[in-house]
Amino acid sequence: MREVTNRSMEIRLKIWRQESPESNGYFEEFLVENISPEASLLEALDSLNERLTLENRRPISFDSDCREGICGTCGFVINGRPHGPFPGVTTCQLHMRMFEKAGLLVLEPFRGGPFKVLKDLIVDRSGLDRIIQAGGFISVSTGSAPEANSILVPKNLAEEAFNAAACIGCGACVAACPNGSAMLFTAAKIKHLNILPQGKAESKKRTKNMLDAMINEGFGACSNHGECETVCPKRISLETINFAFKEGLSS
Amino acid sequence: MIDPKIPDGELSKKWENFKSSSSLISPSNRRKFRIIVVGTGLAGASAAASLGEQGYNVVAFTYHDSPRRAHSVAAQGGINAAKNYRNDGDSILRLFYDTIKGGDFRSREANVYRLAEISLQIIDHCVALGVPFAREYGGTLDTRSFGGTRVSRTFYARGQTGQQLLLACYSALERQVANGTVKLLPFKEMVDLVVEGNRARGILVRDLLTGRLERYAGDCVILATGGYSNVYYLSTNAKKSNATAIVRAYKRGAGFANPCFTQIHPTCIPRSSETQSKLTLMSESLRNDGRVWVPKDPSMRAKDPREIAEKDRFYYLEEWYPSYGNLTPRDIASRAAKRVCDMGLGVGPLGQAVYLDFADAIKRLGKNVVYERYGNLFEMYQLITGENPWEFPMKIYPAPHYTMGGLWVDYTLMSNVEGLFVIGEANFSDHGANRLGASALMQGLADGFFIIPYSVPNYLASAGKNTLAEDSKIFDFSEKQITNTIKDFLEADGDKTVEEVHRSLGKIMWDKCGMSRSLTGLKEALEEVLVLKEKFKSLIRISTNDERLNDSLEKAMRVKDFIDLAEIMIRDAIERDESCGAHFREEHQTSDGEAIRNDERFAKVQIWFDRGEPALETEDLKFEFVKPSERSYK
Repeated sequence: MREVTNRSMEIRLKIWRQESPESNGYFEEFLVENISPEASLLEALDSLNERLTLENRRPISFDSDCREGICGTCGFVINGRPHGPFPGVTTCQLHMRMFEKAGLLVLEPFRGGPFKVLKDLIVDRSGLDRIIQAGGFISVSTGSAPEANSILVPKNLAEEAFNAAACIGCGACVAACPNGSAMLFTAAKIKHLNILPQGKAESKKRTKNMLDAMINEGFGACSNHGECETVCPKRISLETINFAFKEGLSS
Repeated sequence: MIDPKIPDGELSKKWENFKSSSSLISPSNRRKFRIIVVGTGLAGASAAASLGEQGYNVVAFTYHDSPRRAHSVAAQGGINAAKNYRNDGDSILRLFYDTIKGGDFRSREANVYRLAEISLQIIDHCVALGVPFAREYGGTLDTRSFGGTRVSRTFYARGQTGQQLLLACYSALERQVANGTVKLLPFKEMVDLVVEGNRARGILVRDLLTGRLERYAGDCVILATGGYSNVYYLSTNAKKSNATAIVRAYKRGAGFANPCFTQIHPTCIPRSSETQSKLTLMSESLRNDGRVWVPKDPSMRAKDPREIAEKDRFYYLEEWYPSYGNLTPRDIASRAAKRVCDMGLGVGPLGQAVYLDFADAIKRLGKNVVYERYGNLFEMYQLITGENPWEFPMKIYPAPHYTMGGLWVDYTLMSNVEGLFVIGEANFSDHGANRLGASALMQGLADGFFIIPYSVPNYLASAGKNTLAEDSKIFDFSEKQITNTIKDFLEADGDKTVEEVHRSLGKIMWDKCGMSRSLTGLKEALEEVLVLKEKFKSLIRISTNDERLNDSLEKAMRVKDFIDLAEIMIRDAIERDESCGAHFREEHQTSDGEAIRNDERFAKVQIWFDRGEPALETEDLKFEFVKPSERSYK
């Protein structure tokens, strides 16, 4: 059983600092003391930032919002791995107790493809939105939908669509890929919509437009490296990419 | 007295009457009207997409990097609709009644009836957009039950319904961006509403990357900026969720309705460390199969719960509310949890938790079925607490979650400021003094997909096209004020971080204007908040004087507005001298701790206006179709 503990721990953080997209970056090291093992990693950064503020030093810019692993806002590379060493979680779901023996954590922004560092650990991921604009939707306007149960979706198909739709758009797949490809992100949306009966009508156009947009945005091509799958916090599988490739061949 | 402009006619005909008599704008003229939408969660994204589809010139703002981050994404359990697919007696009338009763007879009949009517279309549209709702083997839609109802009308996508609905709205929005009807502006936070002659003329935004203030004029402004639970500091809301847009609108003349109606959600993961930055909710759907209990004897509090015998367990919800059992509405379940903890029966290290136990469900249904229903929630719990809910019962405690109060709107969702529409959690319209589970997603989408596309054109047709120039004086005035505030903050030389001040505000509000409120406590809270308000600038220190991307400057702007809001929340709670729904005044309770309403004096909406000091006006609630009764779930 977990009990609130008065235990505290300390950890060294080596963090990428970069004032603006144009400026040069560098690493800066901090020691965070007296942090509860029950605190999250982001809370450890919060308290470091409060300290830096009171010392008139520039706090570390990082992005986060829901802090429960669903909005996709947060994320940085921890000791060389996007979202850190544990599978199936986002950065905001990491707790200090997981790092009691770590000693040092190296934090860097998600780099890859067209992601550009905005400040410290924050990167520009707007390219992902533009891939969605190219075809990540079903063209149905408000008011024109048929009665919901007139579209039957077999349970297993709904489950499969859900597994792909679970993508949170965090960009870890891009940061992990040696090519800086956004293939897992793109394929997940293609699969979610293409396998549902509602999405069939425009599946060919969707596949082609989204894959083209991915390349035009400056993301790399997929060469089946598989790093994306291992870091995906929502465990979206490499098989999703195979599906999109097949759809692409027939489109 | 304020007029909500409810259409004439039978309850079931009002919306139809409004739609068929509302004014229209012809397709070729629509692009000439510029509509500003602030916020891109369920309500904002669906409104922007739908108005874009009609051909209006829409500009949508979000402070996130992408619309997909909005906190609607975190809603877990589901969305209500009176489809009656289960053949279990559901109907529009019943959803209407459940919602009115759930809100403890403090909402407008006409609005709630319309919401129940529209619920059917929402499900149709979301399925068409590709939401992967849970299905039966035959391919039809599955449903489950939620608190405060005795039918199964909640549609869901595992424990991530909000995410899937938000992504559907986001995709509809991005389709309009690609079509050129919607211009999407991320990283921009609204910092002021520009009002001239009681008409909304546009907004002032701060670009969060460059720090620049920018002016946007429009023919109308739609606020879809969410709720204000973060006034409590620790809540289930996302870290950035804030009340600045609605508080700025209040400061510019919009009425703020029922600010004290705030919902404390019964099933959240208890606080575990001093540095805790937010609380995480566990879906109410868990109460479908989980049983809530505490040990009967305080001496057993620290004992391994698996070793506490059946006869030594107090299933207090089942015992106190036998007909609804574990599925009582949220306000009642939260207060009951507080009551047993106050009785000294709470578990966990601080005695501030109750058990939510799945052992029976796992025995009855098998691990697979339980996994299918709640798998992701179990994983989430384990990640946060480090404890395995398959072995130990979960520990839960109530936390601030949803705010029923918000800007006052009439039947068309327009505030008293002309051309200012307010939708989703940001308005006060449909949930009265307590919101039922799975109704927030329903309301956000009803407002955005199906109400705004009728009420906005109706307004524009009568107001006509009259966009103000962005270099006009009224914009100068607003920009000057905000520039000064920012300058003051950047120069502030206090010895506290903004977080620290926010934490002390949160503590005042949680202790004295939270789950249980007394006149004495509220008066103390008011004094403390007024001190905080006066001293704010001298207390805080902003990190570096960087005008560009500056996290603590953003927070300071938000906390300043939370403090103003806290003041009217407390004043509202003092004025509402009754207990109703989530507003529990200790002076008004039965001997067994149930709320006592006072319909004679308080069957009304309390609306606050900023006239130097907060000033109170009211809207009477007329119950023509439902007779307010004692709200019993026993």
